[in-house]
Amino acid sequence: MFEKLSGLLAAFACICVLSTSPVVAQDSKAVDLVQDLGSRSYSKIIKAVNGLAATGVNGVEGVLNAYLSRNLFVRKSDKRVVFAKKTDSQYRLFAPLTRQSLGTAKRSDLTKLRLNNRLRRTLRAALGGLTLRSSDPAQRIKAANVVFKAPKASQVSILKKVLAAEKDENVRPVIERSLAAAVLAHGATSKARAEAVIVLGTYSDPDVSARLKSLLIKDSAGRFAEKEPLVREAAQKALDEIAERVAIWDFIGKLFQGVSLGSVLLLAAIGLAITFGVMGVINMAHGEMVMIGAYTTFVIQEIIRTSAPAFFDVSVIIAIPMAFLVAGAFGVAIERGIIRYLYGRPLETLLATWGLSLILQQMVRTIFGPTNREVGNPSWMTGAIELDGGALLTYNRIWIIVFSVVVLVLLALVLKKTAFGLQMRAVTQNRRMASAMGIRTGWVDAMTFGLGSGVAGVAGVALSQIDNVSPNLGQAYIVDSFMVVVFGGVGNLLGTLFGALTLGVANKFLEAWSGAVLAKIFILVAVILFIQKRPSGIFALKGRAVDS
Amino acid sequence: MLKLSKAIRRIVVPIAAAGALVSATAVQAADTIKVGVLHSLSGTMAISETTLKDTMLMLIDEQNKKGGLLGKKLEAVVVDPASNWPLFAEKARDLIQNKKVDVVFGCWTSVSRKSVLPVFEELNSMLFYPVQYEGEESSRNVFYTGAAPNQQAIPAVEYLMGEDGGSAKRWVLLGTDYVYPRTTNKILRAFLKAKGVKESDIMEKYTPFGHSDWQTIVADVKKFASAGKKTAVVSTINGDANVPFYKELGNQGIKAEDIPVVAFSVGEEELSGIDTKPLVGHLAAWNYFMSVESPENKDFIAKWQKFIKSKKRVTNDPMEAHYIGFKMWTQAVKQAGTTNVDAVRQAMYGQKVKSLTGTVAEMHPNHHLSKPVLIGEIQDNGQFETVWKTKGPVVGDAWSNYIPESAKLTANWKFPWVCGNCQKPKHF
Repeated sequence: MFEKLSGLLAAFACICVLSTSPVVAQDSKAVDLVQDLGSRSYSKIIKAVNGLAATGVNGVEGVLNAYLSRNLFVRKSDKRVVFAKKTDSQYRLFAPLTRQSLGTAKRSDLTKLRLNNRLRRTLRAALGGLTLRSSDPAQRIKAANVVFKAPKASQVSILKKVLAAEKDENVRPVIERSLAAAVLAHGATSKARAEAVIVLGTYSDPDVSARLKSLLIKDSAGRFAEKEPLVREAAQKALDEIAERVAIWDFIGKLFQGVSLGSVLLLAAIGLAITFGVMGVINMAHGEMVMIGAYTTFVIQEIIRTSAPAFFDVSVIIAIPMAFLVAGAFGVAIERGIIRYLYGRPLETLLATWGLSLILQQMVRTIFGPTNREVGNPSWMTGAIELDGGALLTYNRIWIIVFSVVVLVLLALVLKKTAFGLQMRAVTQNRRMASAMGIRTGWVDAMTFGLGSGVAGVAGVALSQIDNVSPNLGQAYIVDSFMVVVFGGVGNLLGTLFGALTLGVANKFLEAWSGAVLAKIFILVAVILFIQKRPSGIFALKGRAVDS
Repeated sequence: MLKLSKAIRRIVVPIAAAGALVSATAVQAADTIKVGVLHSLSGTMAISETTLKDTMLMLIDEQNKKGGLLGKKLEAVVVDPASNWPLFAEKARDLIQNKKVDVVFGCWTSVSRKSVLPVFEELNSMLFYPVQYEGEESSRNVFYTGAAPNQQAIPAVEYLMGEDGGSAKRWVLLGTDYVYPRTTNKILRAFLKAKGVKESDIMEKYTPFGHSDWQTIVADVKKFASAGKKTAVVSTINGDANVPFYKELGNQGIKAEDIPVVAFSVGEEELSGIDTKPLVGHLAAWNYFMSVESPENKDFIAKWQKFIKSKKRVTNDPMEAHYIGFKMWTQAVKQAGTTNVDAVRQAMYGQKVKSLTGTVAEMHPNHHLSKPVLIGEIQDNGQFETVWKTKGPVVGDAWSNYIPESAKLTANWKFPWVCGNCQKPKHF
């Protein structure tokens, strides 16, 4: 009885909606097309998406957005396509176009609509056409970029109008670029199209070169993809100009990559520059200190994620002092527990710390499990600055470069300007004299080792942003760290800086030329040869410390 | 020289004889059936292999609750080869000779499999290898329950070439520098050429194990993709290097809609360490995804999460391979009425098990399974959504048809062939 009644009501509501709507035919067509979105065939769905965008009915944008955000489902009972919103335990259903309520359902009663890359592309293109006139400049840029990828003939006139009305200086060039692409694809005369190519030639990003190059591709019969010689000539000329402009940016991009790798090496090695460089301890567990720092970051982030999600973006900053303290505490414990008994016996130190590194790895594996742990990037560390010509400077790398310099400067200040730094240098230069002057050499040793380990822990915070947080994290960096310290000159922070940057930049330029595997080999051979010539590295320490 | 070999023989023969005697008495005394588990629990590969060890313990536990096998209880013998390839061979020998196991489930990397292969052949034991691999191998003593290239790599590339996959025309083959990626890419290169892809439209790059700085390579991929043709990346990057690779992809803004990356070594487990929001739409090809909807899979996931005591733990393709392999082995043992390796091997052929995807997996005489191929896109929750699958199960092919010298070879361990790499049967 109730069902019948509600059915009647629904029918009545339907009639109301239909009778009040001025373009009934368009609307019912749109409803049919929405129903087609539930099809099993991608081709049919794509047709429906394009059809929906063409109807221009109110609510289409919402439907397509809901599809992209995976909120469209098929209700299993009647195969109807519905918009579903998750509440606590179940889903509330709505009609996709009108957002009329359709009751509730369990997740198991619904099938999510299919979506793949091809469909995602189509959806974005359709939405791009619809949101070109959005009031939000960011939306307009997004829309214009989408249109650029697959312009339709109908969009030429729309783009012209939008460009004429556009006042935002940041949006204009993007729309202009899309307009040129649309004219190139659908322009009537070869002259207009050649002019569009010239406009495109003023942009340097890889998408433009891709578009222009696609004109010059020959098919198997030797025919060009572009039939008009006038357009081809313009494209060739534009490409040559772009190549010239891009070369310098390419170089800058590579230099950035090199400096960025250098900064990572610097961070990994800087703690070792103290434990190995200043104290002379061959510490094979150095990498594990880095790992402990990374896991500290993970723990802090987990705590913040569960108890105060609003502070997620600063979790990494909170992790820096924590990682320093945790890894530093480990360092002090290691020095007091093991290393102090092994001073002056490098071979035993090497073996003991190697064993220790295995113990620490297995300990972490037992506590946190063998799988990778997810450390998220705060929002200010995601994304990139795009240079002309498509070279990208990613924010996380930029911050790591800044961070490594800050750490280096702070450490240099501690060594040169504080009483502790003075004592530290005194102990390493002449232990007995320092002891005679009343310095507690044992305490200074422990603190120095703790400082080196703590700095390694801080490096772990930075590395957690770009690398795996897994028990093996440290192993990947131990050889590189030693290489940097030895190459730069033992016991010299400036040497570590130069060593790291030289190796980083050289590695990146070699990699572009020879591939990653060979680049690594070349670098290793070069460092070995260099050490033959200058056994004490780039910056050799002079004076008494060298002899003792 | 002669003297030395004689001396060796003088020592070895009695030892071997004594060994045989000991093993005979041990077999008589055994009241359990021993199942060896040879997975790294420490070192680089622990990240992937520990899960498989736990899977085996769960499966064995479950079988024991059902009353064991042939009236005996199953006993898991777990050893740790510590991601150390020569140690794999030593531990395998230890399992077979000293621990007297009846079957071994183990290995992950191809290097480790190649390392234990001679041991299993020499001692005539049985290994179930659960990971997708490069093919070009068929041993009498190994059952390959993971995917061969024709069950993973080739269908994935075909999908990307097709309209639904985006009609890719230009290809980047990225891999870690060792045997699996090199061989897979050799097969793929031959396949692409057969499909009319030009040499200049293929870029092949290798990186060392654990490579963490992907800036240059990702930038190169971008540049390669700007040649005006639709470009796709095929990744055989292994292990830990994947996380920084995907992070770099996300940061450099490479969207799956523009340059899709299809990976053969990235599953649910590997994704659990990454924020997958920027990666939505990148692909993987496997024979199983955790998201597959079937009653068997639902049951398996529930059991696994209960066994491991965590609702967060995921399941993956190699786990399904062990599930199928173990079920098949128990069925074969029941059919043979013994755990004798030769008898069980004969009983294995034609053995059928309902896989977790709901299809029937069958063991073929070339020691490979028939399984469906699924292509999945990464979702923002770290799971895959199947966007394409083969009509039915595909039979694994040990020797690739796209490498001329392999195309001639047949693997068939039934009479009259009895051979893993022959051009004609051994027994006419």
